[in-house]
Amino acid sequence: MQVIETDLVVVGGGGAGLRAAIAACESDPKLRVALVSKVVPMRSHTVAAEGGSAGVVRADDSLDNHFEDTVSGGDWLCEQDVVEYFVAHCTEEMTQLEHWGCPWSRKPDGDINVRFFGGMKVQRTWFAADRSGFHILHTLFQTSLKYPQIKRYDEFFCADLLVEDGRVRGLLTIEIATGEMVLFDCASVIFATGGAGRVYKQSTNAGTVTGDGMGMAFRRGVPLRDMEFVQYHPTCLPGTGILMTEACRGEGGILVNKDGYRYLQDHGLGPLDPWPRPKAMELGPRDRLSQAFWHEHQKGNTIETPQGPAVHLDLRHLGAKKIHERLPLIAEAAEIFARVDPTKDPIPVCPAVHYTMGGIETNGNCATSLPGLYAAGECSSVGIHGANRLGSNSLAELLVFGKVAGEQATAHARAQSRGDSSALRRQAQEQETKLLGMLRQDSGDRLATLREGMRDTMEANVGIYRTEDAVREACTTLAEMRDRYRRGVRLDDRNRAFNTEWLTTIELGFMLEVAESMAHSALNRKESRGAHQRLDGYKDRDDEKFMKHSLAYYAGDGAPRIEYGDVKITKSNPRARVYGGEGKKADLT
Amino acid sequence: MAETRTITIECLRYNPETDSEPRFQSYDVPFTDDMSVLQGLQYIKDNLDGSLTFRWSCRMAICGSCGKMINGIPQLSCQTFLRDIFPARVKVEPLNNFPIVRDLAIDQSDFLAKLQSVKPYLIPKDPKPVSAGTFKQTPEQMDEYYQYAQCINCQLCYAACPQYGLNDKFIGPAALALLHRYNADSRDGGTAERMEVINSEEGVWGCTLVSYCSEVCPKGVDPARAINQNKINSTKDYFLRFIAPKGGR
Repeated sequence: MQVIETDLVVVGGGGAGLRAAIAACESDPKLRVALVSKVVPMRSHTVAAEGGSAGVVRADDSLDNHFEDTVSGGDWLCEQDVVEYFVAHCTEEMTQLEHWGCPWSRKPDGDINVRFFGGMKVQRTWFAADRSGFHILHTLFQTSLKYPQIKRYDEFFCADLLVEDGRVRGLLTIEIATGEMVLFDCASVIFATGGAGRVYKQSTNAGTVTGDGMGMAFRRGVPLRDMEFVQYHPTCLPGTGILMTEACRGEGGILVNKDGYRYLQDHGLGPLDPWPRPKAMELGPRDRLSQAFWHEHQKGNTIETPQGPAVHLDLRHLGAKKIHERLPLIAEAAEIFARVDPTKDPIPVCPAVHYTMGGIETNGNCATSLPGLYAAGECSSVGIHGANRLGSNSLAELLVFGKVAGEQATAHARAQSRGDSSALRRQAQEQETKLLGMLRQDSGDRLATLREGMRDTMEANVGIYRTEDAVREACTTLAEMRDRYRRGVRLDDRNRAFNTEWLTTIELGFMLEVAESMAHSALNRKESRGAHQRLDGYKDRDDEKFMKHSLAYYAGDGAPRIEYGDVKITKSNPRARVYGGEGKKADLT
Repeated sequence: MAETRTITIECLRYNPETDSEPRFQSYDVPFTDDMSVLQGLQYIKDNLDGSLTFRWSCRMAICGSCGKMINGIPQLSCQTFLRDIFPARVKVEPLNNFPIVRDLAIDQSDFLAKLQSVKPYLIPKDPKPVSAGTFKQTPEQMDEYYQYAQCINCQLCYAACPQYGLNDKFIGPAALALLHRYNADSRDGGTAERMEVINSEEGVWGCTLVSYCSEVCPKGVDPARAINQNKINSTKDYFLRFIAPKGGR
């Protein structure tokens, strides 16, 4: 087995991973940094983010506004000290990206322009048309090429996190092209591995978003926090789940049901006028909009499409010029994937799984409870999203906390003396034997059978609205799937070189455990808050009992153990979470 | 549910561990009107043959992973639809001009090295600290480089480029377009540093202006135009060398 000695390994080449790697180099130019990613960095899912990234910049906005919007948007389940740090550092990160060349959209005078997003008091979203994630990712990737100390390991699949004496000591990876095992001997690891949206059937997420880092940390005893909070984005293409950005509504797009009626006014987001106004109607938060869709469907007001029920996202009144200038990707994607020209016809949309609010528990320094392990971005739960993430906070999170993770993990690596690595090598060899054993498995289910079983039950039973019976059914099915997985998956492909069937089977192992942590956290949270809504007698928020973070702990072959942790409140005490209502008409920028 | 028809997908297969040369294998795939070639390949992998190997990720034409030769044309498999090919067969091969790693997956390392060689990052003309705020750039100034910043690195243009096919030292369309993207950015002052790449045999002068690169680009980037623009810059640079001591600026 090849062994690579380095100081810091960053796992994941998306926005958080690249930002962390750059920050590590800047804070210690002598540090040896390995950037390990199962895809070439610019393929990472950050690339698909559309609408933009938050950062206070307007004279009529303030850090307090951003803080309040974020904490109330998260239904008060946020770590408020971390949110304070976050909002104070967003704008400098957007500026840093601008200095690195990011083509942010501009006003005629050459200054940065910002747009509205849902749940936002004042326009605060920096955007690069509707390809914001694409431009951020390519800017970061191209900038990372300036740093020779970042050694890239593109298309290396990370299979296990190796721990000795209670601290991180290495990573076991598979070089995809050859199938050879490569061991990284290191002092610090940053997981920047993204979310886990692919445990659901209909998702905006790329095929790579399989919760690998969450699964690896979980198995090593690090809790997954707030996993029941899974965000459904309200406007996605039925069937594929391809995202139609919230910026469609930030730019003035409207949602109507089968009768052409703007139904959001019936679901706590009205009244209709004056419109547009912040935090009302189509500018409400994602959880509320997805819930409103569910109710419209119950009432029989949705439109039937071959791919399932939908409502209409209508952009026509924006005019072709604005659509092509501000939403070019949407215009193109609607045309290609839904065969709709949004300048002429409304786009059929429905909610689809979009974002994992929960993740690997970290403190405000991105450190986990396992010494040497750091996490940033969607795989982490640093505490800013609470029970519902605000649109355009996730791209900002990648940058703000990617940098923090890079600096903190560098400091940790510098302070360590690693010593003997013979135990590490033995551990890696044991794991290698297990992984190679999968290639010889002669009986068992097909990979797709277990994967689809998991996705179907998550979609049906741990969706926008939940009940005890349904979630229990998901727990039972997931336990059965895990049991069958343990007995073995029969692969068609027995080769080592570029065996994606083998790698996706390893991913499925992570996904099943992450899905279980979601289902069991949902089962135990007997209240409704943010993206976790129950129909079975727990319809209200219960601050008395559940103003707590859920913590899911790995418990071997059995179901995870669910515990609770405190929520840090600094200046915003929980109150009713209200959208819509009175308000002044806003100008769209 | 939508009507289901059956189409034949013929895939190039090559396994470095067992095959001395590539072969083709056909699969019958049931499809609905909304299914892409990529979804056809995924159907094969899930249901018929788990060993079929191909890259994909976002399935919405932005990550650049899933380019293939589809009936002889370099295309993104996620936005090429089976309905548009039916009743003909679909022939799927790895992108032309690249070594095959396995089946439909090519070796991208040469492309990635070329990308790096053009210094594809902002070399600020007038550096200032982040605390001093953003640089100004008008929409008109953005227009100078914006289309070249849309490249998703899918490599279709390399598969289309006859020059790259003949001489793989040629820097190639996407990397030269990216070079131009930074040179044309009003915030950048790195043109002189990138001139060496432009002027070399493998730089813009390697291109014979077939322009098939621009035709196959799924994002409307026009690499041929960028290259042509830099032929002019390179010529200017050559002549200015005789009169200016440090090369043309």
